[in-house]
Amino acid sequence: MKTKVALTGNEAVAQAMKQINPDVVAAYPITPQTEIVQIFSSFVANGEVDTEFVAVESEHSAMSAAIGAAAGGARAMTATSSQGLALMFEVVYIAASLRLPIVFPVVNRALSGPINIHCDHSDAMGLRDSGVIQLFSENAQEAYDNMIQAVRIAEHPDVRLPVMVNMDGFITSHAMDVLEVLDDETVKNFVGTYVPEDYLLDAQNPISMGNFDMYDFYFEHKRQQVEAMKAAKEVIKEVGKEFAKISGREYGLIESYKLEDADVAVVVLNSAAGTAKGVADELRAKGIKAGVLKPRVYRPFPQEEIREALKGVKAVAVMDRAETFSTCGGPMFADIRNTLYDLKNDIKVVNYIYGLGGRDLRLEHVQQVFEDLENIRKTGRVDETVKYLGLRE
Amino acid sequence: MATLKELSKVEERFVGGHRLCAGCGHGITVRMILNAAEGSNVVVGCATGCLEVASTIYPYTAWKCSFIHNAFENAGATISGVEAAYRALKKKGKVKEDFKFIAFGGDGGTYDIGLQSLSGAMERGHNIVYVCLDNEAYMNTGIQRSSATPTGADTTTSPAGKVIPGKQQPRKDLTAIMAAHNIPYVAQTAINNWQDVHKKAKKALEVEGPAFINVLSPCPRGWRYNTPDIVEITKLAVETRFWPLFEVENGKWKLNYKPKKYVPIEEFLKPQGRFRHLFKPGNEHLIKAIQEEVDSRWLALLERCGETPELPPR
Repeated sequence: MKTKVALTGNEAVAQAMKQINPDVVAAYPITPQTEIVQIFSSFVANGEVDTEFVAVESEHSAMSAAIGAAAGGARAMTATSSQGLALMFEVVYIAASLRLPIVFPVVNRALSGPINIHCDHSDAMGLRDSGVIQLFSENAQEAYDNMIQAVRIAEHPDVRLPVMVNMDGFITSHAMDVLEVLDDETVKNFVGTYVPEDYLLDAQNPISMGNFDMYDFYFEHKRQQVEAMKAAKEVIKEVGKEFAKISGREYGLIESYKLEDADVAVVVLNSAAGTAKGVADELRAKGIKAGVLKPRVYRPFPQEEIREALKGVKAVAVMDRAETFSTCGGPMFADIRNTLYDLKNDIKVVNYIYGLGGRDLRLEHVQQVFEDLENIRKTGRVDETVKYLGLRE
Repeated sequence: MATLKELSKVEERFVGGHRLCAGCGHGITVRMILNAAEGSNVVVGCATGCLEVASTIYPYTAWKCSFIHNAFENAGATISGVEAAYRALKKKGKVKEDFKFIAFGGDGGTYDIGLQSLSGAMERGHNIVYVCLDNEAYMNTGIQRSSATPTGADTTTSPAGKVIPGKQQPRKDLTAIMAAHNIPYVAQTAINNWQDVHKKAKKALEVEGPAFINVLSPCPRGWRYNTPDIVEITKLAVETRFWPLFEVENGKWKLNYKPKKYVPIEEFLKPQGRFRHLFKPGNEHLIKAIQEEVDSRWLALLERCGETPELPPR
C-alpha cells in the first residue's frame, strides 16, 4: 500500500529509518540534519521502533559507535551534515575497510570555513574517496527511496559497504514536499533481516577485527574494497529493479533526462537537477535539444552508463556544488571529463561551480549555462573551461 | 577471592605469540583483567597503541575472545556501540549468551586523545569496563609526553635539555576525573598487587553500568629501568605514594593500601633512566618539588577517603 503524504526531506528520511527499524542508531545533532535525530528520538521514546539509540557526544563517536554496533552484528545507522561528516572522516574510512553495512543520511551542507549552514556538496565530496557508496537524492521522495534501498545495497553479500544517502540541506531537508510512502510491512519485508557474516557477538566464533595490517596484506584488502565497489554497481541496479516492484519507481545508477537526441547537456547532482530539467523543458519548447544527466550514484562512479548516455551530445556542462581548489574545476568535472575522454569524439566539456554556501541557483543561471553550451556547439570554441554561476566577480 | 593457583588454571584469552616487548606491563595487566572475567563471553575493544599493534598483526591474533580495534581516540565509543548492539540483539533473541565488554587504551588513548570518547561512553551509562594501561607516555610512537607523564620525566617531546629539565607540568589526575562522572565503579591499581587488580577487575565487571580502572603499566623502554624489575618498580610507585591504590564505589572513596613507611620519591625515580637528569648536582630542588607534589596529592586523597590527612613519619 502506498500513501501520498506531505513531508520535509528530514521527515521523510526519519520515516524511512523508522520503517527500517535498525538495531542501533548512534547520532549527534548538527544543522541541517538535526531534525532527523530529533524525530527518530521521539520514535524511540514512544516505542515506535526497537532501536537502541545512542546519543553520542560527537560525530566521531557517532560513527565509531555505529562501527562497534555493526561489528557486533547489528544493523546500525547514523546521520550527519558538514562539520559532522568532516569530524567522522577518519572513521568513515575504517567503516568501509571493515566492510560494515552502515547506512547514513548526509544532509549536505557547506564545510567551514567560513562557517555556513546552507547547502553545498563539499561535505560529501570530502569523503568521495573513502570507500563508501554515495547515493544522491533530488527530492524528499528520492531521499526516502534511497534510504530503503541503501539497506539492501549495503548488506548485500557481494558489497558489505557503508552507504551515504545525500540530500540537499534546507532545499530538500526542510522544504515540504509531496511524496509517496510505503506501508511499514512492505518496507520491513523489503529490507529483510540483517544476517551478519562474521561478528563480535558470535559466542561460538570469536573474531578479531581491525587488525594491524602491514605491507603484506593491506594492498590486497584495498583491492578487495575496489571489487566490492564494482559489484555494488550491479547490486544497486538489481535492488532498484526490485524496489520498482513495490513502489512503481525504478532507480538505476544515473537518471537520463531527454538525452537520447540531446545536443547539449547538463550534469548535476541532487536538487539542482530538478531546476535543470525545468530549464531543459523550456528550451526544448524553443527547439533547443537540451538534456540533463543526474548521477544518482557518485561512488562507485557509473562511468560506462554516463559515457553511453552522453556519447551523442556535442557539449556538456558539469555543474559542481563544491570546489577542489585544484584551479582546474570541481570534483565531478574531473570525473566526467575523464569518462568522456575515451570516446575521442571531441565532446566539449565545461565546468560550472554553483551554489556554494547555499547561494541560490536560479532558472536564469541554468539558462545561461545552456546558452553557453549552444554557443560552444555552434562555434566549436570554448573560451573558459571553468566558470562560476551567480557569483559577484 | 581466588588463589593464584586457581587463577593459573583459568583459560587464557590473551595468549602467547604477541609481540609486546619482554617485561611489558600491558600483557600482564590484560591477562589479570581477563582472568577476572572467567566464565563470561567477552568482547575486547582496544585503542590504537602498543597492545593493539603487538597483538593483532594480520593474519594473526593473540585474542581468543572477540576483539575490535577501531582507531586511536574512540575505544570508548566503539565498545559502547558493541554494547548497544548486544542490548538490541539480546532483546530480539538474536544473541542468546551473556557478554562482558572491556576496552583497553594506553594513557595517550585515554588521558589525551580518547578522553572525550571515554567520557561520553561513561556518561551514557553503558555496561562496560574501560581499563587504562597507563605507562605514562606515548610509548608506541617512541616515548612522547602525554598528560599522564609525571613531572620531570625525560621523553622525546619533553626532553631533558640544557634549559628545560624534562616535563614541566604535573600529571593529570584521570582517575579523579572518571570518579567525577558519578559512575558505579572507579579504581586505581597496580600489577605489583595481583589481589588488588583481581578484586577490582571483578568488581568492575560485576557492577551494572560503566566502570573504569586505571592500571600503572610500566614500560621498560620508556622508563629505562632494568627490565626484569617490573614488579619492583611498580611496588616503588605504590610505596612512595606516587601511585596510590584506591577505589570509588558508588561515589564512596576508599583507600586500599596505605604504605607504613615514608619512602621518599627518590626511591622510585632513581632506578629509571627517564629521571636520571634530576639527580645531577644542582637539581635537588626539582626532586623536592616532585616530592611536594606527591605529598600534597596523597594528603588530598586521604581526605577524600575519609582518612586522617597525615604523612607517615620520615
